[in-house]
Amino acid sequence: MAVTVKTFASAGEAAGALSSDRSARYLGGGTLVMRALNEGDVSISTVVRASDRALTRIDPSGPRITLGAGVTFARILAERDLAFLHAAARSIGGPAVRNMGTVGGNLFAPNPYGDFTVALLALDATVAVQGSFGARDIPIEEFLQSRERQAGTLVLSVSCTRPASNEAFRYRKIARIKPKGGSVITIAAHLPISGGRIAGARIALGSMAPTQIRARAAERALEGRSLDAATISAAASAAAEGTSPSDNALGSAWYRREIVGVHLRRLLSGQE
Amino acid sequence: MSKIPLQFRHNGRDVAIFVDGGTNLLVALRELIGDMTPKFGCGQGGCGTCSVLIDGELHLSCLTLAETVAGRSIETLDGMKQGPNLHPLQRAFADNFAAQCGYCTPGMLMAAKALLDRNPSPSREEVVEAISGNICRCTGYEPIVNAILAAAGGRASA
Repeated sequence: MAVTVKTFASAGEAAGALSSDRSARYLGGGTLVMRALNEGDVSISTVVRASDRALTRIDPSGPRITLGAGVTFARILAERDLAFLHAAARSIGGPAVRNMGTVGGNLFAPNPYGDFTVALLALDATVAVQGSFGARDIPIEEFLQSRERQAGTLVLSVSCTRPASNEAFRYRKIARIKPKGGSVITIAAHLPISGGRIAGARIALGSMAPTQIRARAAERALEGRSLDAATISAAASAAAEGTSPSDNALGSAWYRREIVGVHLRRLLSGQE
Repeated sequence: MSKIPLQFRHNGRDVAIFVDGGTNLLVALRELIGDMTPKFGCGQGGCGTCSVLIDGELHLSCLTLAETVAGRSIETLDGMKQGPNLHPLQRAFADNFAAQCGYCTPGMLMAAKALLDRNPSPSREEVVEAISGNICRCTGYEPIVNAILAAAGGRASA
């Protein structure tokens, strides 16, 4: 079935078209929406696009960086100032997918995808959206919890914390195929250190629940402590608490629960 | 529903076609232009056999909305050989037994070209990374990696 494609010069107009039509989807890099169309998804009858340059802007300066929703992973990898996000960007797809896939689209990517969003969740991201009631900023956790209802809103950009040092942010994706493959589990950890102790730990997990989630029990085990062997053990044994993984072709729910602590331990102790 | 007029460059030649809304670039190339070199594999972005270059950048044509390439330059495997002469990459694929069933070969060659255009003397690791989005179920990848390295070596000594 043919769909109607509407292209707008401004993000605002595109957002209006998106919110007024239930069967409209926003087309970013195409890796989700074109895939759905190729599979014959009849729930999509309108494809909305915007050529607005604001959507592809990167602001890498300051303690919080901002990425336009249309920024591709290849562009992040080309930005030296965004080195802390390179591991997460490189873990997605092959080169063609990285040339196409966008930061905004990744927020909507279901398991076993959406790895970049795991990094953003650990870095306390804020999602700027334009809905029918104007533009607003939503904390990423709230955004992910209401993701099903966000199809009618247009993501404009994402901002996140720049970690104070390389050591303060760590990322690991467990895949069966290297260097490319869907996620068995994905872990990102932001561990700001203040006076030798962890202050404001955020651990994010991918493929451990219907959406990316925080490992709050592991965060509590780390908070206010120094990153020593005892603390790492406590965090690792709490890693699966509150998670609800499912079975898929890449791994069973049981397997995911078994290995999440193992990989969190390796990530926190700096092992390969 | 009315058709949408679309013009772009296809292997250095201007083409003009009419597409249905929502048509992907792979369908436009194969069914409307008659370039059968990009293949349909998964339609999901997982296999890479539909890979083409858009303005020199590697893209998956099955996940590209045809309308988005208006005015842009598309390169496919069909444009790789010059007259009767195979491209050095094609020659290296033949010499190194890098094609068995051949279904992945068009995508492998485009991914390899995207790499060598940017990085004429890649390391083995960089070659593996460059074709990581392309699935081959015959060769086990080694002959393909060797062929790309051979083409890069030949080019460097030429």
